[in-house]
Amino acid sequence: MFYREAGQYKTTYQADMSVFPILQDRIGLALIIVAALVLPLVAGEFMIASVMVPFLILALAAIGLNILTGYTGLVSLGTGAFMGVGAYACYKLSTTFPAINILVWIVASGFVSCAVGVLFGLPSLRIKGFYLAVATLAAQFFLQWCFVRVPWLYNYNPSGAIEVPSRTLFGIHVTGASATPTTRYYVALAIVIAVTWIVSNLVHGRVGRSFMAVRDMDIAAQLIGIRLLRTKLLAFAVSSFITGVAGAMMVFLWLGAAEPDAFNINQSFILLFMVIIGGLGSLIGSFFGAALIYVLPIIVRATPETFGLTIGAATVEHLTYLITGALIIFFLIVEPLGLARLWQIGKQKLRVWPFPY
Amino acid sequence: MTNLKASLLALAATTALTAFAFPAQAEDSVFVPLFTYRTGPFAGSGIFIADGMHDYLTMLNERDGGIGGVKIAVEECETGYDTKKGLECYEAVKPKNPVMVNPWSTGITLPLIPRAAVDKIPILSMAYGLSASAQGDTFPWIFNPPDTYWDGFSQILKFIGGQEGGLDKLKGKKIGYIYLDAGFGREPLPLIEQLAKDYGFEAKLYPVAAAEMQNQSAQWLNVRRDRPDYMVMYGWGAMQPTAIKEAVKTNYPMDKFISIWWPSEDDARGAGDGAKGFKMLNWHGSTPDFPVIKDVQKYVVDAGKSQSPKEKVGTTLYNRGVYNSMLIAEAIRTAQQVTGKKVVTGEDVRRGLEDLNIDAARLKALGMEGFTGPIKLSCSDHNGHRPTFVQQWDGTKYVKVSDWIEPLSDKVQPLLQADAKAYAEKNAPWPARTEACDARS
Amino acid sequence: MSFVYSIFVDPFVQMIGAPDLLVQTLWEGLVGGVLYALIALGFVLIFKASGVFNFAQGIMMVFAALTLVGLHEKGVPAFLALALTILVMFALALAVERVILRPLVNQPDIILFMATFGLTYVLIGLGELVFGGNPKNMITSELLLPSGSLDFKTLGGLVSLQKIDIAAAIIASLMVAVLALFFQKTRIGRALRAVADDHQAALSVGISLDQIWVIVWFTAGLVALATGIMWGARSNVSFALEIIALKALPVLILGGLTSVPGAIVGGLIIGIGEKLGEFYWGPLVGGGIESWLAYFIALAVLLFRPQGLFGEKIIERI
Repeated sequence: MFYREAGQYKTTYQADMSVFPILQDRIGLALIIVAALVLPLVAGEFMIASVMVPFLILALAAIGLNILTGYTGLVSLGTGAFMGVGAYACYKLSTTFPAINILVWIVASGFVSCAVGVLFGLPSLRIKGFYLAVATLAAQFFLQWCFVRVPWLYNYNPSGAIEVPSRTLFGIHVTGASATPTTRYYVALAIVIAVTWIVSNLVHGRVGRSFMAVRDMDIAAQLIGIRLLRTKLLAFAVSSFITGVAGAMMVFLWLGAAEPDAFNINQSFILLFMVIIGGLGSLIGSFFGAALIYVLPIIVRATPETFGLTIGAATVEHLTYLITGALIIFFLIVEPLGLARLWQIGKQKLRVWPFPY
Repeated sequence: MTNLKASLLALAATTALTAFAFPAQAEDSVFVPLFTYRTGPFAGSGIFIADGMHDYLTMLNERDGGIGGVKIAVEECETGYDTKKGLECYEAVKPKNPVMVNPWSTGITLPLIPRAAVDKIPILSMAYGLSASAQGDTFPWIFNPPDTYWDGFSQILKFIGGQEGGLDKLKGKKIGYIYLDAGFGREPLPLIEQLAKDYGFEAKLYPVAAAEMQNQSAQWLNVRRDRPDYMVMYGWGAMQPTAIKEAVKTNYPMDKFISIWWPSEDDARGAGDGAKGFKMLNWHGSTPDFPVIKDVQKYVVDAGKSQSPKEKVGTTLYNRGVYNSMLIAEAIRTAQQVTGKKVVTGEDVRRGLEDLNIDAARLKALGMEGFTGPIKLSCSDHNGHRPTFVQQWDGTKYVKVSDWIEPLSDKVQPLLQADAKAYAEKNAPWPARTEACDARS
Repeated sequence: MSFVYSIFVDPFVQMIGAPDLLVQTLWEGLVGGVLYALIALGFVLIFKASGVFNFAQGIMMVFAALTLVGLHEKGVPAFLALALTILVMFALALAVERVILRPLVNQPDIILFMATFGLTYVLIGLGELVFGGNPKNMITSELLLPSGSLDFKTLGGLVSLQKIDIAAAIIASLMVAVLALFFQKTRIGRALRAVADDHQAALSVGISLDQIWVIVWFTAGLVALATGIMWGARSNVSFALEIIALKALPVLILGGLTSVPGAIVGGLIIGIGEKLGEFYWGPLVGGGIESWLAYFIALAVLLFRPQGLFGEKIIERI
């Protein structure tokens, strides 16, 4: 009833094949974007700096991984390291050429990550499934070792970390300590919307379809004329480009300084879980997954305080682990295909409500 | 399905609540957040420190009713030694007007360094963090007393020199350096290179990756091959007990194995009798036999207000936490004296830290006579570069075995200055110091 | 030229020059490899019988060891604590089967993999909540495990074997032997192999899948306990050990996900390979290459045998 496409006629093929064919979807999307834009006016600084900015950046990284794992079926456990490549590339580029705008370098660092991703994607032609997942661990540990061992990457800082310099855009600080969370949030939001829009067009087009064909069965895809090597490497390239951009954003717009440990194996795992629990092969699922895995522990941690209970910080942390783990299992049992599938079911229910069929 | 929707709604509602509802801060208290880690791979070191820090501040509240009549509002935030969680903690405590933060992790300290000046919250990174932040002219908001890691290495070297009969006797010796292969362990490398050149010893490096902390047999095989005359360790968390066990296994002479100030009693105890002779730097007592610790026991531990097991009160890392909290409390007290205010802010406490002057009389008043040496900070020196001593594991406890050792300041200071300058240049435009200097004393 | 020498000649000269160190390196690699192999064995058992890639195997190892030491700390005698820990592992297997496997039967592999990640979080939270997060020393002597070392003055030097390492190697071999016998000779073992071959066929001849899964997870729990005791004795018992357990992954793919001998051979290759690599070639790049060397060894093997050394040949049909 609330969500019915009856009466919406499509007069061209183009309109019928658009990404959001239903009016309500377009309204909903517009509402979400407007809400995202006005959020800083109503929400506190903690909400923006520690919830929304990380959420957007992690969601972007999850989209990157989803291209590879969800759309092309290549499981990767090296996402954290590819984020690191983006971050270190951005740091090197922006400290070597400080005059050029930081946004240019954030995007450009994606290309560096892209090249490294393609290199480590080469074995994917021969190795499949969990075997490939473990092969990508080689990338994870090797790259992390490089971040520690190649001092050139961090400009020989004795601290061994990359520290974000202050950079401006139109006279407003966007990185460094003087940048307000709101500014950083808007920059992140703009990048995330732009990338999501491009990716959404990509996966709905020929390239995306060839990705999915490879995912569903690569030999069959090869038989219908999809060149496997090119498609798989393209998936690695697109995926690492996005994760690289997300990595650069993570350091420049969120953390402000990072040791190599920020890109460790846990980061890779957490991103993979965001993708799985959000929904493999779904862009909106990446957002759901990031929200559940990143924001849920924050809520659990804050809950006792909200209700005026005083529990030791460590006990809260243990309970956070326990509850987060239990909820992951719970969500998987309720809907193994991820939160994106729940969303679809919800929409369907809304469509037929109040009559169940 | 309805259940699920309801629970999702509930979740959304809680998010909204937590985002907007910060508990109002009582007017007559100063807020001191403690970033601690009682979980994760470094919990083995973190728990003692967290207990020590917390218990001393609680003791002040119980015994004296706070500092200068103002209660201290203490709140722990669990970081798990994870930079991202640490920043989340920072953002969570920021609206409550903390008078200072203690990140207790070099990884969390680094991103906070540029923010401190903007948010007007001083950072106390006690003997960790960025060594160069000892330069108050460049880093007016960062304090890392009583020593930097570079001071620490020079003190170890001086001790080794003392054993050999003078620093000039180091020529031709081999000194092994086993370290956590992260920012913290790598920081002394430039100094080691410099000192090796100056004194003519050969430095052998044995990095231990964070993921391999508990799997060090390859490093110690290398030690067996190279046979260094002395071993120096910069470790943390699970790396330390493993290193001590491996050293025992390798039959390395334990009295030539010297660590920076981070091992605990448990780290040495795990290796059994073989660990006897193991040495480490320290700058405070590691027994409960001081009036201050007795007070903590009386007012906090015996009153059931501590999370610490009774037998751990007064151990090395617990006392480290006490020392850290003593600096917090004294900085607040000094800030109250300087400003004449009772409820001080972060800006006041920054001045309080610069004016910090804990002399022998003050130590006695604190019940810390013999516990530690005096310390005095200034506008340009945010560290103090205090002497430390070497203590040795005798199988059940650490025993002080050396006099106070001053750092090799003539070697360390130029490096610190150069490094602070380089930091400001690399992070250009780095704000110049605008904070006025009180120049009390 | 000297660079080529330092890679291809010098390390071997060193090996011959100091045979005692070579033997010691091989021994350290062997012991490390045995322990990797034990963790991988737990993975393989579960993967064969239930098709689950059990990410929680590493945490199960820590959890088992922590339960054992934690109970002992609370005043339970060592061997009673051991028995209780075995009971706990059995309860865990029951719970996993009831709560996770049964509702998720027939789901894609990656979903089950994800569920074991949830299990990891639950076990971390539960373990730390009950026993605290501080690292604990393994109760080696209370369990009558030997300590100290056997020193042999041979080969122009000294070869020192830790008694606990010898015990680890013996216990690991015994465990593998018992498991092999169990699989080959008992009714349950045969049922297990039937399930591993074909779930549906096994069901149709009257084998209870639920029961088999409990047994398999319990066995994996026991293996985890043994591994936990051994690693715990080498360093100490804390959740930091979990990172070590990741090393089982290259072992696993090197040997092949479904092969028990593969896990053992893979473990030994990785264990010895990474120690030799770190000791003789590591100094060339400043050391610390152990963290990724194992993965590159596995990757190199996979490029020639994509199913691992002993894995079942992957046959793809359209």
